[in-house]
Amino acid sequence: MGNAQALLAIDNLSVEFRTRTGLVRALDRVSFDVSAGEIIGVVGESGSGKSVTAYTIAGILDPSAHITSGRIDFQSRDLLKLGGRARRQICGRQLSVIFQHPRIALNQIRPVGLQIEDVVRAHTSLTRAEAQRRAFDMLEAVKIADPQHCMQLYPFQLSGGMCQRIMIAMALSCNPRLLLADEPTTGLDVTTQAVIMDLIQELGKKLGMTAILITHDLALAAERCDRIVVMHAGQVMEIAPTAELFRNPMHPYTRRLGAATPGPVSDISELDIVPGSVPDLRRQNLPPCRYAERCERRIKECDIGPVPRVAVGRDHFVACKRAL
Amino acid sequence: MTASTRYTRHSFYVLTENSLTLVSVVLFSIILLLAIIGPTIAPYDPLTTNTASSLMPPSALHWFGTDQLGRDICSRVLVATRLDLVIAASAVSISFVIGSLLGAICGYYEGFLDWLIGRGIDVMMAFPLFVLAMALVAALGNTVVNIVYATAIINIPFYFRLARAEINVRRHSGYVEAARLSGNSNARIILTYLLPNALPTLVVQISINMGWAILNAAGLSFIGLGVRPPTAEWGIMVAQGAVLVIGGQWWVALFPGLALMIVVFCFNLLGDALRDIVDPRRRT
Amino acid sequence: MKPSRGWFAAKRIVSAVPLVFGVVAATFLLTRLLPGDPAAFFTNTPGAGAAEIAEVRHNLGLDRSLPEQFVIYLVNLAHGDLGQSLISGQSVAADLMERLPASLELTVIAFVLACAVGLPLGIFAALRPGSIIDHTCRIVSTAGVSTPVFVSGLLLIYVFYYLLGWAPDPVGRLDPYLNAPPHLTGLLIVDGLLAGDLNSTLSSVKQLILPSATMALFALAPLARMMRGSMIAVLGSEFIRTARALGLPRRKIIMTYALRNALLPVITTLGMVFSYMLGANVLVEKVFAWPGIGAYALNALISLDYAPVQGFILLMACLYVVLNLMVDLIYSFIDPRVGLAE
Repeated sequence: MGNAQALLAIDNLSVEFRTRTGLVRALDRVSFDVSAGEIIGVVGESGSGKSVTAYTIAGILDPSAHITSGRIDFQSRDLLKLGGRARRQICGRQLSVIFQHPRIALNQIRPVGLQIEDVVRAHTSLTRAEAQRRAFDMLEAVKIADPQHCMQLYPFQLSGGMCQRIMIAMALSCNPRLLLADEPTTGLDVTTQAVIMDLIQELGKKLGMTAILITHDLALAAERCDRIVVMHAGQVMEIAPTAELFRNPMHPYTRRLGAATPGPVSDISELDIVPGSVPDLRRQNLPPCRYAERCERRIKECDIGPVPRVAVGRDHFVACKRAL
Repeated sequence: MTASTRYTRHSFYVLTENSLTLVSVVLFSIILLLAIIGPTIAPYDPLTTNTASSLMPPSALHWFGTDQLGRDICSRVLVATRLDLVIAASAVSISFVIGSLLGAICGYYEGFLDWLIGRGIDVMMAFPLFVLAMALVAALGNTVVNIVYATAIINIPFYFRLARAEINVRRHSGYVEAARLSGNSNARIILTYLLPNALPTLVVQISINMGWAILNAAGLSFIGLGVRPPTAEWGIMVAQGAVLVIGGQWWVALFPGLALMIVVFCFNLLGDALRDIVDPRRRT
Repeated sequence: MKPSRGWFAAKRIVSAVPLVFGVVAATFLLTRLLPGDPAAFFTNTPGAGAAEIAEVRHNLGLDRSLPEQFVIYLVNLAHGDLGQSLISGQSVAADLMERLPASLELTVIAFVLACAVGLPLGIFAALRPGSIIDHTCRIVSTAGVSTPVFVSGLLLIYVFYYLLGWAPDPVGRLDPYLNAPPHLTGLLIVDGLLAGDLNSTLSSVKQLILPSATMALFALAPLARMMRGSMIAVLGSEFIRTARALGLPRRKIIMTYALRNALLPVITTLGMVFSYMLGANVLVEKVFAWPGIGAYALNALISLDYAPVQGFILLMACLYVVLNLMVDLIYSFIDPRVGLAE
């Protein structure tokens, strides 16, 4: 992709999982860039590989995972080639993650203030008191009322929304360059969702931070992201700036997705469900384009040879032989 | 694919993918076989004494050696298989039936009866169970039948709690309400709707329990309760061989001990395999 | 925070009281079921007439109604009177107190050993799946759970005493040629140290090794298995993933995050492990001729001397209730969710 300004560049990433029931080819030659300062959305159905991509970047894949090809360039280093110690220096410091289901993503039997301190002290040489101060500041930054009291509470005493704020506080405590947000608002009520997303955007802007937002909620991505990467069954289908993607979707899957997402005024009867289901990634005979079997625009050429990435506009790429 | 075919497929898969599980299934079959035909294939009569050939180490003539009275240990171990398995199986069956029914009733009706029996079970479990078994055998009388009863009684709490929990959880669910509204009697609901659903978990418990029941019964006979000489039973055989170990005559105690280990090990593995079939989420 | 936890602790302690009462009542009922007529037993003149037996029965209070006997029993208990032993002629309470230190020494050391070996075994097995430690842990736990404690005791005697000659004669707590140190606590190791008698301290330690190793093996198996399972579960959980993603050092993740969480379920199994150990006491004491309360009760049982058996059961059950209570209380102070989570 060769974007020299890219903060993060994923190139040709393929990941497999060895499971009891077979080899799962979770990612197939995934490539995209993330430019500094933007919020990029990675969207797709469940099983599309979006979380696997995030976990690969953060280095927290299951031990049964096997990275079969590719590189992830971040700050002129290939993350995939880093050893444990180098990894630990980057994760939490330059690169941070927040997860869905924030309450269980936190340590239930440890006060949240201490958990933030742990992150701070892992990456800086602040003393206990200084780290405590920093945790307090972070709690204020994520707009928690009465941070002093909150610091001594345990996650089970806090609501889901508050736990997500704590997670954000932890993730942002060392001013990372890049934040991976894996479905941060799933499971929260709509109002809290908006509040959390506002917080992420606001802090991001204040700290000059780039964000990758992973979500299955196309509407959320449309609202908050500058660019969107559409994934399906471990492959990248389309990449485009948000407005462009919705105005001019070139991939048959994207077009279907757009139609499938309920808008505020669309009728249930108008809901066009994407036909078929995600193919079983354990199959040996997966077609080169993993959407082919669900696609209404499928042609003979789709089953022959790898799918090319075609540039169809400024910053707009599509992986299809018969784009719209 | 129907549910039962899928279940069979899954069971077969679990049983064969882990070689250890397969071994335990084969072993279990062998043990069962020995229990049935043991007395007939024993090379010697387990009760015949022959002081001339007492305390002979294992040899071609006597595979497991002989004991103080010249009896062939191999034959005795073989014959004891039936007795030990019967004791354990009877005890487990009794405790399964009584415990599950009691638990089902308490879980279903709740209220005062549930509270009372629950407290009774709590008092039972406040005793270290082996000690309780000892006391029961002492109280009821020193016979083999009472070993069975004592082992059965101390195992009741496990089935009680399991059955009660399973029934209690499902008691308020939709299909139970529907069954009640369509006029089914409470007994019918418990027996035909609720208990069958709890059966898989209970069966897993049975397998794990069998091993424990054998250990319990053997422990009781080791300390001299229940089984009397010259009966061939593994626990009492170990007791008879215990005094000889210091003098180096290891075979009298080891072979029945080994038999105990192998059988209990087999039941534990089987229990793990059954648990994997029933609830794969709890694999270790 | 504190009031809520204290409240929980108070509730838990209070709930133990009816349990103890239930245990006392159950013990009473059990011993009323014992076969044989103690009165006929007590009259040792052959051909004793019915009048004499009736007189003995009246003296023992056996002609009263069951509820009356129960009250007498309770009153006696309150005075610490557990009856008389026919064999030793002493009060059962005195007998038990005399022999309790032997069992305590054995059980406590076995428990410490089991934890010291079993817990790290489980932890390292979980940290290095598929390694030698992992396989050792699984084999030890499975074999340990399947082996009767009296068989492993005999095996240890055979290997370490007969074959290797490392262990001393399994004939009790002390080398028969040595004199016991002056009795202060009854725990030979402590008494020996307090009296400065190194010989007997050393000897009592040596005599303790095999029996406590046997008991320890027995308790080790479920502990190691539980620890391994718990640690594996915790290491695969969400919050550990978060900790790794945020770059916490490995040592911190294992010690502070994983271990503390993994130990919680293990603590709750401690009660169960104690129960098994108290039961195994009787068997181990028989194998090693250990003069503890288990052997005492066993002898009484075989000789149809029932007062000691009753006292023994009562003591064991009360010990168990207290131990369970302590475990629950300790747990409630370690886990912040107790009494606080809604």
